[in-house]
Amino acid sequence: MKGVAPGRRTVIRILTAAAIAAAVLLPQILQRYQQYHLIHVAGLIAIYVLLALGLNVIIGYTGILNLGYAAFYGIGAYTAALLAIHFKISFWLLLPISGLAAAAAGALIGMTTLRLRGDYIAIVTLGFVEIVRLGLNNLDFLTNGPKGLPGIDQTILVPQLTLAGRSLKLDNDISYYYFILLLVLAAIFVLLRLHNSRVGRSWVAIREDESAAEIMGVNTTAMKIQAFATGTFFAGVAGCVYTHWVGFITPELFTFWESVLLVVMIVLGGMGSTAGVLLGALLIVGIPEVLRDVLQQFSGGGASSMKSFYDNLILARMLIFGVIMMVIVIFRPQGIVPPKRPRVSEKKSGSEPAPDGGV
Amino acid sequence: MLFQQLINGLTLGSIYALIALGYTLVYGILLLINFAHSEIFMMGAYFGVFSLMIFEKLHIFQGAPFMLVACALAASMICTGLLGVIVEFAAYRPLRNAPRLAPLISAIGVSIFLQNFMMIVVSPESKTFPDTIPLHVYKLGGTASISSLQVIIIVVSVALMAALHLFIKYTKMGKAMRATSQDAETAKLMGINVNMVISLTFFIGAALGGAAGVLNGMYYGSVKYNMGFIPGIKAFTAAVLGGIGDVRGAMIGGFVLGILESLGAGYVSSAYKDVFAFVILILVLVFRPQGLLGRKISNKV
Amino acid sequence: MENKLLETENLTIHFGGVRAVENVSFSVGEKEIVALIGPNGAGKTTVFNLLTGVYQPLSGAIRFKGERVENRKPNTITRMGIARTFQNLRLFQNMTVAENVMVGYTCRMRGGMLVAILRTGPFKKLEAAAEEKAHEWLSFVGLSARANELARNLAYGEQRRLEIARAMATGPNLLLLDEPTAGMNPAESESIMELIRGIRDLGAAVLLIEHDMRVVMGISGRIIVLDYGEKIAEGRPEEIQKNERVIEAYLGKKAAKG
Ligand SMILES: Nc1ncnc2c1ncn2[C@@H]1O[C@H](COP(=O)(O)OP(=O)(O)OP(=O)(O)O)[C@@H](O)[C@H]1O
Ligand SMILES: [Mg+2]
Repeated sequence: MKGVAPGRRTVIRILTAAAIAAAVLLPQILQRYQQYHLIHVAGLIAIYVLLALGLNVIIGYTGILNLGYAAFYGIGAYTAALLAIHFKISFWLLLPISGLAAAAAGALIGMTTLRLRGDYIAIVTLGFVEIVRLGLNNLDFLTNGPKGLPGIDQTILVPQLTLAGRSLKLDNDISYYYFILLLVLAAIFVLLRLHNSRVGRSWVAIREDESAAEIMGVNTTAMKIQAFATGTFFAGVAGCVYTHWVGFITPELFTFWESVLLVVMIVLGGMGSTAGVLLGALLIVGIPEVLRDVLQQFSGGGASSMKSFYDNLILARMLIFGVIMMVIVIFRPQGIVPPKRPRVSEKKSGSEPAPDGGV
Repeated sequence: MLFQQLINGLTLGSIYALIALGYTLVYGILLLINFAHSEIFMMGAYFGVFSLMIFEKLHIFQGAPFMLVACALAASMICTGLLGVIVEFAAYRPLRNAPRLAPLISAIGVSIFLQNFMMIVVSPESKTFPDTIPLHVYKLGGTASISSLQVIIIVVSVALMAALHLFIKYTKMGKAMRATSQDAETAKLMGINVNMVISLTFFIGAALGGAAGVLNGMYYGSVKYNMGFIPGIKAFTAAVLGGIGDVRGAMIGGFVLGILESLGAGYVSSAYKDVFAFVILILVLVFRPQGLLGRKISNKV
Repeated sequence: MENKLLETENLTIHFGGVRAVENVSFSVGEKEIVALIGPNGAGKTTVFNLLTGVYQPLSGAIRFKGERVENRKPNTITRMGIARTFQNLRLFQNMTVAENVMVGYTCRMRGGMLVAILRTGPFKKLEAAAEEKAHEWLSFVGLSARANELARNLAYGEQRRLEIARAMATGPNLLLLDEPTAGMNPAESESIMELIRGIRDLGAAVLLIEHDMRVVMGISGRIIVLDYGEKIAEGRPEEIQKNERVIEAYLGKKAAKG
């Protein structure tokens, strides 16, 4: 990766290594202490990280408020489930297929909203997620309606991956956790490369001032569609993984509120900041789940005050998120971990500039 | 059947039109989609229920159903109006000069907050709206009929819209509102207190949304913490249909949408009635974002 | 003008009832510095918006290097070789100074997302070239030391310079400057004039909107005067200074105002 001040680069490397090490060791530790539920939660957090990273391309990099991201997650999930159930297609094929299906839908929405102002795009995407939800609920013959698609895990083959002699069989929470972690790392790798290139610069320029970007030569049409497609691709992949892992999906998993939850993660963590998005997902998904577990164990079922404290907390969760959204945009609009811009080397140019002229 | 659907559509449409006015008034002045408006509508319905409960406890207006409704409506409108002013003050005013995404996000925050507040503090279950008006059904020839509730909803809505029209057209504050929505900078130079006008706009918009909430509660007989979302989107659709920022357009858009929806539900399928509204919304936004009546506005560089 | 780089013919656009630009014809030759002047609201910025594809003319034609410009998107026009700055600064505030300039160079870069992910050889070369370009143009406008600063942290005058560097990075044959010295003191204005001459010496033509008459008279070879959307005069600085209509429309108004 290019550019970042030398002193900070070391710190970032150490932190990154530590974070990866912690993520890798986590299931082992949890297993040791028999916190099986928390292993599941860790996998869930990882899925949300993947989703939030994708949405961050659209909201954080390009500045387009997409309120319908869960629809693309749902499109990926249902694509994977239906193809797996009816055609027994392998997980490894479904992974890109679901991603591409979601990306195609994303590109389509991107195209239809091209000429619209930001707040209108928010409304269109909101309308889209509702249409998808209503569609999934009402197309009974295909989606089994509100009852959802159960038993996917029994009708499909267990995904298996053999790498360097060792085989990873996706058949429990731990293996899925590691697989999703792998996807997250791959996503971060790809997204950082995109971000630190002309592609990412164009996206951010659009976020900063769309018409100025266009006048400076950025093909805003193409770049916005690409941002939509890239971002929603990850949603499709996440949907496919979730379907295979949990084995049961219903339309209510892919609602407007799910989208809002993802927006909260990004706003809280820091729009456009990878570390921020990771942190945002960790806090928003992790804290309530971990609290539930901890409180349940310490109250041992007997002390009901803890239990009711927790119940209230879960109830108040969305309420607190609402307040967080307001407070953050007003008092810390850049989020907990503000995004850092890539730096160029500090040298002075020796050569004279030369306008190279248009074509 | 057609006539009946038109009457139902008119009823629905007058509720949508009232809510749509709130979106349009605020948009006209701040160029901002007030995302929290659907929750103001929901709060209006609850304020209606609460005031009816209080009136019953205090044994006032008990023999006079119209007085009862009028007072509940007025109480709810005042409360939602004030709530609207508070929301603007807390969530929008600090972000006047922030990037465009910011007020949108804080509005969604307000929305989530209000919904969950009502869910936790009042109840996650729906609440019955107390009976007020004795229900009469008037035959209108053929199979069509109109209920006393529908008459009241239509009459009240039309009266409120007429009042708004007169207010904007003929009062000093109304003229200040129009001037500010034309050009806030010039209005300021002309000595108009723009902050004051913005607060007033939020008050009026929210009060109309609150009235719609009460009427909606009466019509369907119940209220719930998440009742605002769908009518909110539909009213927004209505506002866009009429050209957002255009007061007359919002009224017309509301009625058009209400009638289209009733016809769709009657002749096609009621399972998809919400889908119609969303599809109309997307089609209009994509192909005619200036609305069916509006003029095209160019962006300045 | 033996070799016309830019030519407009009866350019017209109206906004509602306002005839912002009405039948304006003019041309700019290679390596020429031309000033576009006129009172506030005369339609100068609107001419720039027409030239860069922000607005489409109601009627009339624009030819650049012999090609029609109307009905093209702004980014295509930039690729053709017209770049501009803005009257009220339009920088990418939360990007670094160097990145702002590199965005300008984007339209000269090839390769999409796939090469950006794979970091192929040609891709790396182009990215390095973009960085090099940024260094060159930043040193040209004197902002080398601030390359890694966020654009919004620059002083006002520096932001104006950065806009010029960003525009030049698009590789234009014609640079449109919208009031580049607005809000500057005489010394700063002087250095911007130096910059404009430097750009001309590098081979680009400059069309310049400017209110500061010292700047206009100092560097432009030819002056075009707009009033109420119409061209009322054109000529060398000495001619314009003496032109009755210009004095009446422009200087007269200004005198009346001051
Ligand atoms: N998008 C628009 N919509 C409506 N009117 C416009 C638009 N753009 C420009 N105008 C009008 O066109 C006229 C010319 O404006 P323009 O900005 O081109 O003037 P200018 O010569 O650049 O003035 P200044 O010296 O103040 O920058 C003005 O009356 C302005 O109000
Ligand atoms: Mg101008």
